Amino acid sequence: MYNFIINFSYLVASILFIFGLKGLTHPRTAVRGNLLGACGMLLAVVVTLTDQHIISYEYIILGLVVGGAIGAVLAIRIEMTSMPEMVALLNGFGGAASIFVAGAALIEGSSLTDSPILQLTIATAASGLIGAVTFWGSLVAFGKLKGLISENAILFSGQQVLNSLLALMVLGLSIGVVLNPESFSLYWMLVGVASVLGVLLVLPIGGADMPVVVALLNSYSGLAAAATGFVLSNNVLIITGSLVGASGIILTHIMCKAMNRSLTNVLFGVMGPSGEGGQTADEVYGGKVKSASPEEVALLFDAARRVAIIPGYGMAVSQAQHPVASLAALLETRGTTVEYGIHPVAGRMPGHMNVLMAEADVPYDALKDMDDINQTIDQVDVALVIGANDVVNPLARTDPSSPIAGMPIIDVDKAKIVVVIKRSLSPGFAGIPNPLFALDNSLMLFGDGKKMVLDIIAALKDS
Amino acid sequence: MEMFLMSFTVFVLAIFVGFEIITKIPPTLHTPLMSGSNAISGITLVGAIVSTGTELWVTTVLGFLSVVLASINVIGGFMVTNRMLAMFKKKT
Repeated sequence: MYNFIINFSYLVASILFIFGLKGLTHPRTAVRGNLLGACGMLLAVVVTLTDQHIISYEYIILGLVVGGAIGAVLAIRIEMTSMPEMVALLNGFGGAASIFVAGAALIEGSSLTDSPILQLTIATAASGLIGAVTFWGSLVAFGKLKGLISENAILFSGQQVLNSLLALMVLGLSIGVVLNPESFSLYWMLVGVASVLGVLLVLPIGGADMPVVVALLNSYSGLAAAATGFVLSNNVLIITGSLVGASGIILTHIMCKAMNRSLTNVLFGVMGPSGEGGQTADEVYGGKVKSASPEEVALLFDAARRVAIIPGYGMAVSQAQHPVASLAALLETRGTTVEYGIHPVAGRMPGHMNVLMAEADVPYDALKDMDDINQTIDQVDVALVIGANDVVNPLARTDPSSPIAGMPIIDVDKAKIVVVIKRSLSPGFAGIPNPLFALDNSLMLFGDGKKMVLDIIAALKDS
Repeated sequence: MEMFLMSFTVFVLAIFVGFEIITKIPPTLHTPLMSGSNAISGITLVGAIVSTGTELWVTTVLGFLSVVLASINVIGGFMVTNRMLAMFKKKT
């Protein structure tokens, strides 16, 4: 009877998680969805606290209070521009939690779980392995996003060989854990080697590919939880872990598609400089780039009836989202239609730009997906590109030898006038010049994103 | 073996449910989706709690560490997701 109540509560919790995710299919129902998920978690935790195996509560309560407090402080204090770091860190903690729970289960052996011994050991090895790769991979991703480690791809010779050797070691140690479950040191060796592998797998991945990595590690953290579910024969862990795993895989796939690259290419391939036929920066820009002042740009906006704003990671870096939203609001009071064109990989994680614009009070229906904005971009009078580069580079359409060939882009070059706010003509992550800047209908506004937008607003108000 | 097959069935079906729901989530909400799914993957907490409460000190230590980590995920994840979604909600 007791087991029935526990398992029934876990079922209810799983259903609440599923409804919670379903709530996220629309911004109107999303807050409620998140609350449903939280209720499911509360139920699962409360029911677990009645478990008969528990003989003392001090450390449980202490852990909940310490972890809860850290989580609450993080959640309240984090800047919206730093959401990718926060998510990377949380992914990592999920992975680490799986390592320890599986490690503890291995020590307890079959006293805590009804799992058959083979399932217990295989799942424990999987939890330790996936958990360690997730934890250390996420820490490296966090370091890169935070600027503690170079954002560039870090490469050294023999990297692939070393990784393959480590992978073989991991495989061997996993088999060792399965065959000798009573030898705990094998498990911790497995965790150790998988940790090194986790670091080495993420180090060679560059900054602009971070959306893929963060999404993939999100998936791993779910799979680690699912593996722990197999260790404990606990369905709520298996169900939740699979949901999160599926979510991460889908996001990874969307991100890869938005860069027209395969996952293996992102993880192992290096984006080289453009091959034969690629033009140098001088050939592309030479004498053709026109620079404008904020006042001139204000005049263009003054005459425009339809404006599209294309934000990129540079907008997040200069914290320009609030001025950009003010500019849009000002234009709208003057009868101009303003839309935002959001490229799927703009920023450092899926949906990064959307969150920033929402923070600045932009209504979500003004945020258009790439496909939507491209359908009407030729009717746009002024397209304002702020802090984006590769995602608006027309070479993706025109030059099959370019490293970004075939990547879907926002076709701002088809707008009547393009204004690009950028510090300099330096290339984006792909390392290639952007002919957009040299087009007849393009104007460059060189400077810091936030300052330039504020200057445009001031000039508009004066006119 | 039968036990494993039952668990595996649940695993596979849950992945299908996940795919069905998550493909319908609009790109606008992808960041809250990630932080929200982080929060629910903190369900490892359930296993962590039991390990912490048992007799052996080794498992209590391991359990305690995972309770801390998983509750950071749960509380941090749900709270930050709520904070973000509230921003999407206003001005509709």
